[in-house]
Amino acid sequence: MELLEFARGPALMFSITVFIAGVLFRIFSLLFMWRTKDTSAAHPGQKPEIMAALSDILRRMWPLATYRQRSLFQWINGYVFHIGLFIVVFFLLPHILFINDLTGLSWGHLPNNLVYAISIVTLISLIAALIMRASNPPQRLISTFDDYFSWLVTFLPVLSGIVATMHIGARYETLLALHILSVCLLLIYIPFGKLMHFFLVFITRGQTGAHIAHRRRTTVLKGE
Amino acid sequence: MTDQTTARNDAQAAADRFLALNSGNLASYLESCVRCGLCATACHFYEVTGDPKYTPAYKLFPMARAHKKNSWPWRWFGGAKITEAELQEWEELLFDSCTMCGRCTQVCPMGIDIASIVSASRSAFAAAGRGPEDFMQAAENVREKGSPLGMTPSVFDGRVEWLEDDYEVDLPMDKEGSDILLTVSSIEMMKYPKSIIAMARLLNHAGVNWTFSSTGYEATNFGFLAGKPDIAKLALERIVNAAEELGAKTVVIPECGHAYGALRWSGANILGRALPFEVLHITELLSRLKADGKLKFRPIEGSITYHDPCQISRRGGATHLARFLLDDAEDFREMTPTGDENWCCGGGGGVQAMERAADLRHKVFQIKMKQVEDTGAQMMVSSCANCRLTMDGSKDYWKWDRELESLAELLVEYLVDDDGEPVEWDD
Repeated sequence: MELLEFARGPALMFSITVFIAGVLFRIFSLLFMWRTKDTSAAHPGQKPEIMAALSDILRRMWPLATYRQRSLFQWINGYVFHIGLFIVVFFLLPHILFINDLTGLSWGHLPNNLVYAISIVTLISLIAALIMRASNPPQRLISTFDDYFSWLVTFLPVLSGIVATMHIGARYETLLALHILSVCLLLIYIPFGKLMHFFLVFITRGQTGAHIAHRRRTTVLKGE
Repeated sequence: MTDQTTARNDAQAAADRFLALNSGNLASYLESCVRCGLCATACHFYEVTGDPKYTPAYKLFPMARAHKKNSWPWRWFGGAKITEAELQEWEELLFDSCTMCGRCTQVCPMGIDIASIVSASRSAFAAAGRGPEDFMQAAENVREKGSPLGMTPSVFDGRVEWLEDDYEVDLPMDKEGSDILLTVSSIEMMKYPKSIIAMARLLNHAGVNWTFSSTGYEATNFGFLAGKPDIAKLALERIVNAAEELGAKTVVIPECGHAYGALRWSGANILGRALPFEVLHITELLSRLKADGKLKFRPIEGSITYHDPCQISRRGGATHLARFLLDDAEDFREMTPTGDENWCCGGGGGVQAMERAADLRHKVFQIKMKQVEDTGAQMMVSSCANCRLTMDGSKDYWKWDRELESLAELLVEYLVDDDGEPVEWDD
């Protein structure tokens, strides 16, 4: 079997299976754990828990002014590679065609040259994130294997995608196969490490939002 | 048993206790940290030392491992257990250098409530016999003597009688049918008794039907802070039982931050039943009395600023009430940052009671000194006796020249009657 056939066929199917099963398992194993129920009386006039959760999910999309200055680089760089990855994955024509083959779904694409440019920016942004992790003392201290490996499996598809597009170093089929295999590695690893934050962020922000809002005193005092 | 066996058992005891507390809420937090390190920028201990070990996310490592070791799929691969050496290393990080102030929670892009994991971690460490000796003893004092500072019921009674005589103020004790049960912090009773006099005078002036209880008097809850749930529960039960016996509809927590959190937010959860009364911090009660026109004040003189106790403002939600009480001030100046984002005093979470953390606390107070100096205010007011004790200690250490004042003590000096005439006290 050709490498490309293997990558497109069994390798991709296997990794998608692991990805879906693993992600669902992670999510359900957390959701089915017993949860503490806060039985303390909320301050009067609270918004419903679900609204508090949703508003904290939104609020934490950008740092509070007090903390902004010192975290601005990480915030902006974080947005650059997250948005960059999103655009490259979902708005490059070959990707849409590939997804259409797999699922039958299709949507509009962005000009190829624009997406290529964005992929370069994303690559640089990921490198900047790695330099930050290795050089900022708190981040360096708390970094684990998961952090570096998660970085690697995110970086490789971007890099291999650019290399394949530029036809550097090998036959196009081989480069494309390596690109797909790097995506397989990413998919397989997602359920095992911190990349699960793509989903967990909604749980943690939501529960903290509800927790803090429960304690907010919003009412006027008179006649309470 | 050899030392090695004991050590292993201690580490296992810590892991077991944590796993017993490890709900879906905590597990979600532990699994979602992306280790961005932004929490360090919010932590006063990191801010003043620059030492990365104080990064809040780092404080979670032992318990994150205990959780991981116990969950899919890592449990199949063995995974590393917590070791005695880690208990040793992290004891300082979880006790001496975390005030559970919640600033890191505020800055975390994932919304992880690090303070709640530190609280559960302390409980795990306490189960392994870990924690600063003097601090853990203060918690034990609650069990044996009714108070962390050893204020037994008879000492409390004696102090109340003495205050009543000395200050000629009515301090009702065990008065059945009282609307309000007023509790005290032993820190106030032993070191700042004028704050208790101030509360009593304000309540008496407003015509509040209140009482002390000779059995449920201690508001602080060192069992809660030290991770000793049985002592936390015992301290809460003393207050709840007293309130029920007296028929009080409201229990008022004095100027103490964690005492408010322990009863107001954790009381029902720890006791396993809804509290049969309303819980108010003294700033909430005074605000209500002021809003209802029962307390009136003349303009407070001089330049003042307000230090937000973390458990009253950021973690308590009553941020704007102190401002409402101080809105008569001629020259009120906010710190930067202020309110919910204000810096901690450095002594919350029981850190004040750990002697070996004194140097670290003094360093942290440098942040507060700068904040106050930047406002230009001459006086810093607060509504937590624990913050006050911490700040007073550091003020002496640095020979700092600004004044510290309790909110209740300040307000009572500016109280006026219905005709706007100052109320005089015979001190």
